[in-house]
Amino acid sequence: MTVVFWILAVITVVGGVAAVTLKNTVHCALALTAAFAGLAFLFLQLDAQFVGFAQILVYIGAVAILVVFAILLTRGSEKPERGVFSRTWLAGLLIAAAVFAVLSWAVLSSAAALPGAGEVPAPSVSVAQIGNALMGRYVLPLEILALLLTAAMIGAVLVALHEKGVRK
Amino acid sequence: MQEAVQFVPQTAASGITGILWLIPAMPIVAAGLIALLKQPRRRLAAGLAIGSLAASMVLAFVAFGHVLAGWASGHAVRETVNFTWMRFGTSGVGLGWVLDPLAAVMMVMVSFVGLLIFIYSVGYMAHDENYTRFFCFLSLFAGAMLGVVIANSLLLLFMCWEIVGLTSYLLIGFWYQKPSAAAAAKKAFITTRFGDVFFLLGIVWLFAQTGTLLFYSQGAGNLEPLAIGMLLQTPAKLGLSAAGAIGLLIFAGAVGKSGQLPLHVWLPDAMEGPTPVSALIHAATMVAAGVYLVARVYPLMAAGVLPGGTTTALLVITWVGAVTAVFAALIAIAQNDIKRILAYSTVSQLGYMMAGLGLGGVAVGMFHLITHAFFKSLLFLGAGSVIHGSHEEQDVRRLGGLRKYMPVTFATYAIAMLALCGFPLVFSGFWSKDAILESAHKWHAGQGPYFLLVFGALLTAFYMTRQVSYVFFGQYRGHGHAHESPRVMTVPLALLAFFAIALGVVGTPMWPWFRSFLLDTHAVWGGLASFKEPGLLALMLTSSAIVLFGIGLGWVFYGNKSPSAEEPDALERAMPPVWRTLSNRMYVDELYGATIIAFYEWWARVADWLDRRLWGGMVAGVTWLFGLWAQLNRFLDENFVNGGFDKGCEELSAGGGLIARVQSGRAQTYLRLLALGVVILAVILIWSSRG
Amino acid sequence: MTPLAGYLLVAALVFAIGLAGALTRRNAILVLIGIELMLNAANLNLVAFWRYGPHPEALTGMMFAVFSIAVAAAEAAVGLGLVIAIYRSARTADLDEINRMKG
Repeated sequence: MTVVFWILAVITVVGGVAAVTLKNTVHCALALTAAFAGLAFLFLQLDAQFVGFAQILVYIGAVAILVVFAILLTRGSEKPERGVFSRTWLAGLLIAAAVFAVLSWAVLSSAAALPGAGEVPAPSVSVAQIGNALMGRYVLPLEILALLLTAAMIGAVLVALHEKGVRK
Repeated sequence: MQEAVQFVPQTAASGITGILWLIPAMPIVAAGLIALLKQPRRRLAAGLAIGSLAASMVLAFVAFGHVLAGWASGHAVRETVNFTWMRFGTSGVGLGWVLDPLAAVMMVMVSFVGLLIFIYSVGYMAHDENYTRFFCFLSLFAGAMLGVVIANSLLLLFMCWEIVGLTSYLLIGFWYQKPSAAAAAKKAFITTRFGDVFFLLGIVWLFAQTGTLLFYSQGAGNLEPLAIGMLLQTPAKLGLSAAGAIGLLIFAGAVGKSGQLPLHVWLPDAMEGPTPVSALIHAATMVAAGVYLVARVYPLMAAGVLPGGTTTALLVITWVGAVTAVFAALIAIAQNDIKRILAYSTVSQLGYMMAGLGLGGVAVGMFHLITHAFFKSLLFLGAGSVIHGSHEEQDVRRLGGLRKYMPVTFATYAIAMLALCGFPLVFSGFWSKDAILESAHKWHAGQGPYFLLVFGALLTAFYMTRQVSYVFFGQYRGHGHAHESPRVMTVPLALLAFFAIALGVVGTPMWPWFRSFLLDTHAVWGGLASFKEPGLLALMLTSSAIVLFGIGLGWVFYGNKSPSAEEPDALERAMPPVWRTLSNRMYVDELYGATIIAFYEWWARVADWLDRRLWGGMVAGVTWLFGLWAQLNRFLDENFVNGGFDKGCEELSAGGGLIARVQSGRAQTYLRLLALGVVILAVILIWSSRG
Repeated sequence: MTPLAGYLLVAALVFAIGLAGALTRRNAILVLIGIELMLNAANLNLVAFWRYGPHPEALTGMMFAVFSIAVAAAEAAVGLGLVIAIYRSARTADLDEINRMKG
């Protein structure tokens, strides 16, 4: 395991922890962005360049901004009276811990943990290949995705639209 | 002398015998129809009753003619129609009817006298509002009586016997609003029932011995030689044979129905009923049913009789009859109610008939029955006419001098009275009574009955003269104006009077037609020479003298004098203690009241106590237990069932409330549960794949 | 530990963190942030398996991840739109308060 991996892993994890624990919601959004960035670099480390750049473009470029907008529109930046965590935060924490325990147990006890299974030569993937795959083998999911994005866009607009006569 | 018991073999049933059942059936059907009518339909009711009985009478005459023809041609008629009524296993009970001379004469008499009395009732009951009910009961009675007459089975006879008893009860208590009438009806029914218990015992015993209750049944019947012989061989208690014992038990039933000595108490009280009822039922027919029964089962009574001797059964019958005859005649002397005198006279004459059966056989007894039916019913109807004409007055001391006001009634009544007394030669009563006296005189077992019966004849003449002088001679002591009765009442009187004289012809020694008809011998016109029979003329003179002496004695005491009701009777002045005993009917009713009735009331009180305390207590106890059980159930139900159920429902509700908390409405709760589920699933999956 | 295992553990950790955030924070938007983290962790898983698994030339894992990103973006848009709509009617984005679907 290379040093780069560890640094990137730390960035991602710390970003994630910060995203869910900070009191100021805007700070959370920014920490989230940092986590996204760490993940993008991890993708690059994994020789999945297309995915990494797509991550940067979509997540950091669109989703994080969207989150910030939503925070601002719902006055989430104001500090709530009763604290940021729910009354029964411990139960949630424990469940999350249980999930992590199960997953890591699965990973560590599986064949992937055996030594010698990690040295696989890096694949060389060109964007042309990806384009061909998208238009060839994966054309149906692509089209459906287009439909989905259209529907989501229309839906989001409709849901968030001000209705006539509804008080602000 | 007793006639030898001859057995007449059965002949094949002819046409008339086949429809003989119609004779009792028609009046019974008429009774049923009348019962459905409403009260105002009087003419229809009377018409139905009289019409049906007239039709029965016509059929009876046809049957009589058939029997007569058979007798005349030398082939005696005894035809039966039998059928099985009930079957149990291999044996069964049979019913049927018979047509023989005995049945034929009885049928003719019952239907003829009955018809005349029905017509008389139209006038007598004209003012009664229950006219329709009266004819319904009368018709039912006529049908049942005719059923008794033609029955060939002891069971059928018993059934009709009981119906006759029932109608007697209904008619005695016809004016049931009167307490005395209701009590008299009850008394009649219970007293005859007492006799019927022994009758039923006899029937059962007979059935057990011979396996059949039919009289004549192609050689297998009870009155045929085979059965009689078998019963004679079977010994019973007290030195009797089964035949004799059964005969005596059956006679006990006749004692009740015909008012013989211990069970005579109901007959005088039965005068509470309307006078036509007294005439028909308690003079001519129903009370004669007992005599008819004894005549019918005579072979049983006379089984084993040696020529010139007698059997125990016949001995008992003779003595009971003779004693009753005198007993009742004595009481009749001291009675003041016109119908009561006649009632006791009936009891006395029934005693004569029974004695006649015992002494001289079927012919002698039956002849007196037939003649008595005519003149006794005539006497009763005449009494009814007197009561009707003097405005419902029944006490003889308040009547008198009616000879002038009611001539037709007087004439017919006088004829009947002379017939009853046995006035020589002209009247039928003389011949029938003389036949009995003659048999008594010739009896081999003693002369006791003869003297009793002669004494009875004297008393009969005496009390009848007393009654006639009180009612028809002297001055009228009643209230209002006496008048003659309407034609619808006097014409039957005249008809009956004719027969009271004419019937004597068939029973004289000159031409003993009746006797030979019944006993199936040849009737010989003997002419005056028949009177030369030794002792006969002497007997006739003796009885004539007795009768005339009795009438004379009565006239001396009572003739043409008219003492008022408050003065003591002439005989009373002469013999006060005797008068008192006789006037109180020899205290028989009081004796019964002190013994049997008292015991019965004590027993009723015991039963009442048992019922209220013992059985009632047990019922109350069971009820209390049930109440307890019910309370226990309620307790269990309320506390355990309800409580438990309610508790369960509450728990369920609470549980539901608990579970409903899962639906908090908060999205994060759902998420948590989802994640938990994922964890569990993952664990399961990994374990199962690892394992 | 193999590189694959390392990536997988990192992904699991990020997933758990995202889940913890989704389950414990009050604000609805932070729940969505947690969900985004979870989705990203899943993408990491996919790409790691593509890289170290058989047949990377089939591009399956990469394609899957690309589509996942696209769908996640759409879902984020709609979700945030919904949060805004709820905020407008309930005047709050506090999840503890929004319990109108209570059973």
